[in-house]
Amino acid sequence: MNPQQANPHPAVFEPIIGRYLHLTLGGRAHRVYVEEAGSGIPLLCLHTAGADTRQYRAVMNDPRILQTFRVIAFDLPWHGKSSPPEGWQQETYRLTSEDYAQAIIAVADAMALDKPLVMGCSIGGRIVLHLALEHAHRFGGAIGLQSGAHVDPYYDLEWLNRPDVHGGEVCAGIVSGLVGPGSPDNHRWETLWHYMQSGPGVFKGDLHFYTADGDIRDRVAGIDTRRCPLWLLTGEYDYSCTPQDTEFLAGRIAGSHWQIMEGMGHFPMSEDPDRFLAYLRPVLAQAAEARLRE
Amino acid sequence: MQDDDFILNRLADAVNRQERLVWRGRHLNTVFLLERGTDAYLITVAAGRIQAVRQGPFVMPRWQFALRASAEDWAQFWRPLPPPGYHDLMALVKFRRLRAEGDLYPLMSNLLYFKDVLACPRAEGAPS
Repeated sequence: MNPQQANPHPAVFEPIIGRYLHLTLGGRAHRVYVEEAGSGIPLLCLHTAGADTRQYRAVMNDPRILQTFRVIAFDLPWHGKSSPPEGWQQETYRLTSEDYAQAIIAVADAMALDKPLVMGCSIGGRIVLHLALEHAHRFGGAIGLQSGAHVDPYYDLEWLNRPDVHGGEVCAGIVSGLVGPGSPDNHRWETLWHYMQSGPGVFKGDLHFYTADGDIRDRVAGIDTRRCPLWLLTGEYDYSCTPQDTEFLAGRIAGSHWQIMEGMGHFPMSEDPDRFLAYLRPVLAQAAEARLRE
Repeated sequence: MQDDDFILNRLADAVNRQERLVWRGRHLNTVFLLERGTDAYLITVAAGRIQAVRQGPFVMPRWQFALRASAEDWAQFWRPLPPPGYHDLMALVKFRRLRAEGDLYPLMSNLLYFKDVLACPRAEGAPS
């Protein structure tokens, strides 16, 4: 008997291909992990704080999306399979708006992406606002997942990085409730596993951008959606970036489109991929059309 | 009625029969105060097992940390499908519905454990 016929789950490769990109960021040499799948309109995906590109595994495996889009995701320096820069052991990692935007643009330049759509979640949902405001000409459109202009810290961030508390356990503990209560268990725990794997202080360092440096409340009204169209998708159960935070944005950014995703939390693409893709596909179709019109 | 009091009468069994949950708390030994409106409970945890639950009022209670919320907010939290903002301990904290006080080290270093312990009434059906 053919062993393939006997095995209901034969081994298969996904369409995702990963590579390491060497580039200079902030004057320092970096080794950044980039993965991609599909062909067509470039769609650059940005992971959440303290996580990595694995959050986009479902988007990068969706045959319908891959027919039209070249989906690209990269691990920020210090995250996932991207290394921290040489000498990291002597410094405290803190993400700033400028470093974050420059890293995204540098990766897009290194890959010669022409007016990519950019989609980010959480800190990624915040930085797409900065990109739409300050670098609109570089992007064909922006999609903010769990986008808010600012979040005040609601717990002592010091708990996230101290030697007497297990970093993986506490980071997953902090974010576990941000997964929607109805999201499937397998994807919930996959999402938490990513948080359990983050390096010491990396999640906390990202939250410097999220809770302090990246505050864009006073400037969001300046986003010109005729130059960079903007879509906002936010989960109903997210208490970090709340539906009200997204509504605040939509009320100030003329021409922005927004929708609340029922039952979902802070990690839509990772916590409940099937449900998220049903929300995302129509947005991608609109974004592709808008990009063609430019 | 005291028989209906989940925290007092059923929390310990609901936790202790979950082998994996007890394992998760295997390095945890603490006494914490749970306040639900005017009701107060001192809960003793020994190596992840709920060893004792005592009901107030207390004259001179000793505890390492306290979790205080109104009876109405705990009732929302313990609904089988809590509404957004009531579905997690950190959500209650974010919206200033839950106050965590005292030495928070046992709570924060065992956060996943405490989230599962305090969600037990949700699965079992706590009085509202």
